[in-house]
Amino acid sequence: MMETEMRAAAKARSSAAVMTDSAAEMFLTLTVAGQLCGVPVLAVRDILTAQAITRVPLAPREVAGSLNLRGRIVTAIDLRRRLGLPPRAAGAPVPMSVVVEQGGELYSLLSDSVGEVLPLRASGFAGNPPTLDPVWREVSRAVHRQDDRLLIVLDVDRILAIG
Amino acid sequence: MDDLLADFLTETNEGLAALDGALLKLEKAPDDRQTLSEIFRNVHTIKGTCGFLGLSRLEKVAHAAENVLGKYREGSLKVTPEGITLILSALDCLKSIVAGLESTGSEPVGDDAPLIAALDAAWRGEVPVAPSTAPRAALAEPAPMVPEPATAEPDLAAAEALFETHVAPVPVPAPVPAPVPAPAAKAEAEPEAAAPAPAAPAAGQGGAAAAPPQTIRVSVDVLEDLMTLVSELVLTRNQLLQLVRARSDSALTVPLQRLSHITSELQEGVMKTRMQPIGNAWQKLPRIVRDLANELGKKIELVMKGAETELDRQVLELIKDPLTHMVRNSGDHGLETPEQRRAAGKPEIGRVMLNAYHEGGHIIIEIGDDGRGLSVEKIKAKVLSQGLTTEAELAGMSEREIQHFIFRAGFSTAAAITSVSGRGVGMDVVKTNVEKIGGTIELRSVEGKGTTFFIKIPLTLAIVSALIVEAGGERFAIPQIGVVELVRASGNAEGAQIERIHDTPVMRLRERLLPLVSLSRLLQLEGSAAEPEKDEGFVVVTQVGANVFGIIVDKVFDTEEIVVKPVAPILRHVTMFSGNTILGDGSVIMILDPNGIARATGVGADGPAEELAQAAAGLRGTRSSERTALLLFRAGDDTPKAVPLGLVARLEDLPVESIEHSGGKTLVQYRGKLMPLVSMSGGWVPPEPGRRQAVLVFNDRDRAMGLMVDAILDVVEEHMNIEGASEQPGFLGSAVICGKVTDIIDCAWWLHQAGDDWFRQTGAAVAPRRLLLVEDSAFFRHLLVPGLTAAGYEVTAVDSGAQALQLREQGTVFDIIVSDIEMPDLDGLGLARAVRESGPWQELPLVALSGRVDGERMRLAREAGFTTYVGKSDREALLASLRECLAAPGIA
Repeated sequence: MMETEMRAAAKARSSAAVMTDSAAEMFLTLTVAGQLCGVPVLAVRDILTAQAITRVPLAPREVAGSLNLRGRIVTAIDLRRRLGLPPRAAGAPVPMSVVVEQGGELYSLLSDSVGEVLPLRASGFAGNPPTLDPVWREVSRAVHRQDDRLLIVLDVDRILAIG
Repeated sequence: MDDLLADFLTETNEGLAALDGALLKLEKAPDDRQTLSEIFRNVHTIKGTCGFLGLSRLEKVAHAAENVLGKYREGSLKVTPEGITLILSALDCLKSIVAGLESTGSEPVGDDAPLIAALDAAWRGEVPVAPSTAPRAALAEPAPMVPEPATAEPDLAAAEALFETHVAPVPVPAPVPAPVPAPAAKAEAEPEAAAPAPAAPAAGQGGAAAAPPQTIRVSVDVLEDLMTLVSELVLTRNQLLQLVRARSDSALTVPLQRLSHITSELQEGVMKTRMQPIGNAWQKLPRIVRDLANELGKKIELVMKGAETELDRQVLELIKDPLTHMVRNSGDHGLETPEQRRAAGKPEIGRVMLNAYHEGGHIIIEIGDDGRGLSVEKIKAKVLSQGLTTEAELAGMSEREIQHFIFRAGFSTAAAITSVSGRGVGMDVVKTNVEKIGGTIELRSVEGKGTTFFIKIPLTLAIVSALIVEAGGERFAIPQIGVVELVRASGNAEGAQIERIHDTPVMRLRERLLPLVSLSRLLQLEGSAAEPEKDEGFVVVTQVGANVFGIIVDKVFDTEEIVVKPVAPILRHVTMFSGNTILGDGSVIMILDPNGIARATGVGADGPAEELAQAAAGLRGTRSSERTALLLFRAGDDTPKAVPLGLVARLEDLPVESIEHSGGKTLVQYRGKLMPLVSMSGGWVPPEPGRRQAVLVFNDRDRAMGLMVDAILDVVEEHMNIEGASEQPGFLGSAVICGKVTDIIDCAWWLHQAGDDWFRQTGAAVAPRRLLLVEDSAFFRHLLVPGLTAAGYEVTAVDSGAQALQLREQGTVFDIIVSDIEMPDLDGLGLARAVRESGPWQELPLVALSGRVDGERMRLAREAGFTTYVGKSDREALLASLRECLAAPGIA
């Protein structure tokens, strides 16, 4: 239920944004180990809650496994592992899957929680600070000032460039 | 021919339809070069194809039109509306002929002379007169936007007749304008347009109902998508069925049954759309066989059975080339020349047989010949000269295993390279291709009678049946086609057991030692490292090519129909999986690739991985300092003993009761023969009755000898640096293996103990001299290299004269060359001549080795350039000769 609603919302708002405010790009916010991140909403195909994930032996460690999205197989990437962060604490809420598409294949970015769809004004963007951790710098397209918080805009292609 | 014609008609109709549109486009934009070349190409294709099919009327018209178009394309003729109409009228003429062809199966009779004359006139640059207006009428049908269609002149009745028939009743919206048999022809003869008109529709309708295109062309992508969707539907259906079974909700049962039936039928229906008769892949074969027969001077008859057997389009595409290759092979390698056949009492005409049939969910394709069959002896010789295995290993192989060598990379038995085959690419490629589509290839060959290959391939690649297993808490699917059997391994002595040679699990299954692979170990699943290996579980006996091995799993579930989906690109490097799929319960599961497992574990050593390794290794020869697989065992004292594993044919564990004594010798009945047993420890005391005796079996051709040892310790890969030649008979010296001082046994000495008719030879000398050993027998290489190394030589061993010469070209430097005389291809004498002729090795001392020593042979060897000549049996003499030659360098 939730996933469809969110999808609809994302779609509606993104198309609205494209039509009315070309200066602002729409982003879906998510958090990884407390850090607020954003992915371009147009790249997002789906948002899923808890799913049975099948482990893939011998796969790169960032790959959490595969899951079934309405008959399509989605490769799940654990963002924490991708970013070299400590694993989720035991008993923490199950991660959410943000499903993105690349080259006709579906990938899910496992995040601790998914926030909302936001338009981000172009004026709010800043380049990566040079002191940013190299792992983050590799996958961060830019940093956006979001009220009192900083949001890291994730580059999906670079996140998926594993192995 | 019927199929060809049907294809031609479909294609031509499409071409003609496209031409109409393109021509109109051209009329609007006469300078559009792209459209012009497209038109030209289309007409050219039609002309070419009908010429090929012997459709002369079509060809002539198309040819004339092509000429004009050619000039347009060159730019030497300006594109005018008149010109276009002329071409269009030619197209209409083509259409009417094609229509006639469709309804009657042959070209209608008719005279196209005026049209051709007009086209030729246009080609010569004259302004076309007569047909200028009439064709416009014809245009009306395919392209109604052209106005004033009724201005046709009576003398161009052909076009008008067409027009009339088309405008009136066109009931079927076929891609072709309604078939008209021969109106053009009749109209020509009889100028009244009305005459042919009434006849035509009748004929046309009749034709449409009977023969022609009840088919439409659908893009393969559409079919693929349909297939994927249906596959999903099947899976969802399975899922539903599982749920309902668990709930026993009777209200759902009946509609679900119906859904299930419909789904199955839909699946079959969609599968059918992708099915094509295998005969399609055979079409070119008669021609190929005919050419082959001419080229080779053989008489070959090609017999094809079961051409109507249908299989998936995708599979068909993939099997086409391997099949062609195999038929060539059968004709080239398999069949003898007419003279040879006569001599063998066979009919002169050799037969190549193709047969296809369904068996279970598979298609079996047989490719057979009644030729000479595979010669086991020739294969053996070839295998040894190629260094694909050792003589010792060969001796332990069944005839079938030896025949399977023809599937190894780089193997070709054809003595001479013909333009047809024999380039060493062949059966291995065929095998790889067949395995790629989940198929298997087998062969049956009787020398003198012929060879038959059996290719077993799945009907479709879309849905396969797979065995679901569990290992390390995870489930995996194994495609059923590779699974030979399932064995339950019990921990107790009853039934099959998982045994271990050190850490390597094996299973004795029906007198065969089956290598085992633990799936949880292989895939590094959790817990597998920590917990001790269990000896209970299931063994999935899997066959990859000729290699059979077992996969140890914890649990075996059901078999399920699965749809193989490729894994994501970031997982492609994991070769253990051929794909993944979604099971009936909705969970994702990885599909194991038996080929990948075999390659990863070294069970199937003939995979591409090995080829790569070989290519990378180049021609460095077998340096004695390279790692050698060694069998470690204990015998007599506590010092571990080692022997190169390549020398050991088999390991046996014999019951003490089977060991007998006769004439002061210890013997055992082994494989229907008496095998002498030799003890490593001086005074051998038979173990107590009821116990077992470990025996290393050595083989040479049909002889076997057993070395009794106390215990087999391990198999390791180590550098064998033998330090200090041993004084003790039976030992070459010691080496540090696995951190322990280990005695390396001198096989030759021990074999000698079993009877002095065992080959005699060995080696040893002084100073770190570089020695090149050219010896085709892997067995002797294994014997000589350790001996020579122990004597202080740095030995490089190669298995043929040609390889030795390649080393010379690579600039490798040696101090002395020891070469066998009797070798296939370039023998020792040839090698000596080549070495002496020129190059950096010209001055090197050359020592000849031979099984036999006689004056004549010695003379020949010396003439060829050998410095000295030693019998293979004489170790002391060899070492002495080496010392002598190296002390006084240069040619003796």
